Amino acid sequence: MLELKEISFAAEGENGRKEILKNINLKIDEGFNVITGPNGGGKSTLAKIIAGIITPTEGKIYLDGEDITELSITERAKKGISFAFQQPVRFKGITVHDLISLASGKDISINEACDYLSQVGLCARDYINREVNASLSGGELKRIEIATVLARGTKVSLFDEPEAGIDLWSFNNLIKVFEKMRNTLGGSILIISHQERILNIADKVIVVANGNIKAEGTKDEILPELLGATASACKVLTDSLGGNE
Amino acid sequence: MNNIELDLLKMIADIEGTPKGAYNIRANGKLDSRAVTENIDIKTKTDKPGIDIIISPGTKGETVHIPVIISETDYSETVFNDFYIGDDADVTIMAGCGIHNCGEKESRHDGIHTFYVGKNAKIKYIEKHYGDGDGNGEKNMNPTTVINIADGGYMEMETTQIKGIDSTNRITKAVLGEDAKLIIHEKLMTHGKQFAGTDFTVDLNGKNSSANVVSRSVAKDKSKQRFLSKINGNNLCSGHTECDAIIMDDAVVSAIPEITANHIDASLIHEAAIGKIAGEQLIKLMTLGLTEAEAEKQIVNGFLK
Repeated sequence: MLELKEISFAAEGENGRKEILKNINLKIDEGFNVITGPNGGGKSTLAKIIAGIITPTEGKIYLDGEDITELSITERAKKGISFAFQQPVRFKGITVHDLISLASGKDISINEACDYLSQVGLCARDYINREVNASLSGGELKRIEIATVLARGTKVSLFDEPEAGIDLWSFNNLIKVFEKMRNTLGGSILIISHQERILNIADKVIVVANGNIKAEGTKDEILPELLGATASACKVLTDSLGGNE
Repeated sequence: MNNIELDLLKMIADIEGTPKGAYNIRANGKLDSRAVTENIDIKTKTDKPGIDIIISPGTKGETVHIPVIISETDYSETVFNDFYIGDDADVTIMAGCGIHNCGEKESRHDGIHTFYVGKNAKIKYIEKHYGDGDGNGEKNMNPTTVINIADGGYMEMETTQIKGIDSTNRITKAVLGEDAKLIIHEKLMTHGKQFAGTDFTVDLNGKNSSANVVSRSVAKDKSKQRFLSKINGNNLCSGHTECDAIIMDDAVVSAIPEITANHIDASLIHEAAIGKIAGEQLIKLMTLGLTEAEAEKQIVNGFLK
């Protein structure tokens, strides 16, 4: 289990110091957890703090009861935290096979690597020896990024907006990937997403806005408010979340 | 041949024992061994140091190894090797130079290779340069490659210098005929206080000729690199030159591409990029459990692969 205690993060900006996250307390259990909320609300920052890419200004992070606040990105990765970037990184000369092998932590065979690619809906043989460079489209990179997290198979898997930059056709396939992952990957899956179809398969939904956790609960508790039938989702989000603290 | 020399040979030519096909092994300025085949003849030059490699027209699928090794300190040589590749031949030539210098003085090999690629001939030329040895003596190499490609000819050149050469000035000049094609891939890594200069000049003289000159390099520590690439389009032709460099530590890299169109139908492109390893690349690999040093190594190895 992953636990955040009183996590705050502030950054210096053009208009002085800005608080991005304010006193966040959150427990992430095993299962499918989805963080949602308006852009600029602090969701990605939260994920980067969990992965160790950003150091919080205040607060502690615990993984299975162990304080990991001071651990580096590498140490956290070794303890079982995986992170799929919102914008996957390109590497000249490193092949898809190389990247999946690095992710799995061992020299895996072409067949094993292909299995992970097939799981994210890529026709594996066409990709396995390609370089993870500009020749791949955004959607292809995104799937490969997700495949690296599958290959790691760790106890905490973070995905930062897996749907961002993906066309509608690819997105429909991607949803299937996550529906399947929900049953196969295990551990704690934490996805940042705006997509109703991803929210629909969540065990727990966490709404982050303006640096705070505005709501958390089961999808049946949260979704009706978020996706209110009578008004635009945006309005409901602002009103109900702003007023119900 | 002693173990040091055998190791050098493995490093530059990837051969253990006796290579297959035609070969000429030169060690410390002397002929070590040679083999010729029915289609490939190798002759020692009589007027200056070096050899002539003569490949009969129509020779297919054969390989020629011509490695050079130097294991003595205070030894310098200039060698002239000429390659005559007959029309319609299709062969692979593996050259390379390894220097092991344990002494205090310079060891140097300057190789001048001239290629005459016949009509519709196809050749792959692989060249590796490597140095080692614990002494303070410098290990220097200055390879010059002169390429003449006749109508319809094709040459692919792969040149690699990954380790241990203190100073190198690499000059490559090529002239292409009608429908001729040249592809050059250079891989270079410098470290310590090394210097590597590269100077390509390609004249696209023939109609429909094309050239692609690509260099990837990594400069570490206090090393310096200078990349010059000139492509002259003198006919209906296409040319592309690209230099992509990773800079690390206190290294210095210059990239100076120059393209000149002397003909209305010449289509030429140059690209040059120099930059450090992107922080997000390191972070991505660290989230996979690699340390920063391991991540850096993976990125560099991949880049130069």
